[in-house]
Amino acid sequence: MTIDESRLDSIIDEYNGEQGSLISILQDIQAQYQYLPREAMDYVAMRLKIPRVQVFGVATFFKAFSLKPKGKQRIHVCMGTACHVRGSKMVLEELERKLGIKAGDTTLDNEYTLETVNCLGACALGPVVVKNEEYRGQMTPIKVGSLLDTKKP
Amino acid sequence: MVSFMLNGAQVQADPKWNLLEAVQFYGINIPTLCHDEGLTPYGVCRMCVVEVGDQNRTKLVASCMHPITEGLNVRTHSSRVIKTRKMILELLIARCPSSKKLQDMAAMLELKQVRFDPLNEDCILCGLCVRMCEEQMVAKAIGYAGRGTDRYITTPFDMTSDECRKCGACMYICPVCELRCQGPQASTTLCSGCINTEPVCAPDYGEAMCFMVPCLSCVKKPEDVK
Repeated sequence: MTIDESRLDSIIDEYNGEQGSLISILQDIQAQYQYLPREAMDYVAMRLKIPRVQVFGVATFFKAFSLKPKGKQRIHVCMGTACHVRGSKMVLEELERKLGIKAGDTTLDNEYTLETVNCLGACALGPVVVKNEEYRGQMTPIKVGSLLDTKKP
Repeated sequence: MVSFMLNGAQVQADPKWNLLEAVQFYGINIPTLCHDEGLTPYGVCRMCVVEVGDQNRTKLVASCMHPITEGLNVRTHSSRVIKTRKMILELLIARCPSSKKLQDMAAMLELKQVRFDPLNEDCILCGLCVRMCEEQMVAKAIGYAGRGTDRYITTPFDMTSDECRKCGACMYICPVCELRCQGPQASTTLCSGCINTEPVCAPDYGEAMCFMVPCLSCVKKPEDVK
């Protein structure tokens, strides 16, 4: 993948190339690309004059950063305590089976990314599934099918 | 100079030193693992714990990271410290039973058993290699990645990198990548090969510590000591 260095430059210049702004810079890059491309992290390390391994360490430390490309649609399944006792595990398993991927992965056609979250704070609605920022409460393995486009196998 | 109490004795130290340096300056041997004279202290292994504070208000601190303050009351070999040190070593050995340095330390501290299931990992995350690479070799080729139980030491993006000159300093300083002696109990968690089976003259030293080496030289006559 090729990256647009001028776009990265404008992000880094916004923070005056400060080493302490590494996290903010990575967040802005992730907002642009939906993930952190390796070339972009190399470029940031070069511009901020910090070791590459430090950028890698920060990027792997925070769960908010992803090193893998994300799909167009993102599905989050809540695995919090309240959702768990109301069967979120079965909902997740059904989604995994329907999409043919494991939690944390992206489908081969880059359409869906399936992720788990530990609590969304909407325990009364549990089990909660969030599809593209849209909250769906009281999910069951049967209802899960309506989340996905029917044209998919 | 600041003066502080070390095992019940009034001593003086340079305020720029950390506690470990001062304790070692006065000839008291504290086991250390993640500490190296040429590297900045890191305070992760906790082997260098000492007890500071008075009477009932004591706390355990890692001496390599603790500053010396006026009137500090330090005990390096109290029963609480020894018990904690053994527990820390037990946990470290459970993680890496194949390390010679840890096994030697177990013999030195007279650790008799490890109550945890061995994990047989090859890293205790002491950070010596990371600091060696950054501070002495000025390569900055390795560092930490991940978080919590998933933390590990790696090169950028888990790939061979141009920064690494393959100098081998990280392996030189690593305390666990040297194989332990293949003694009589080579496959057990604790090989106990070098353990001292003689009884110690006192179960614990409280405020002070015994400087007699080998142990029992206080009661043995010179002809008894081989």
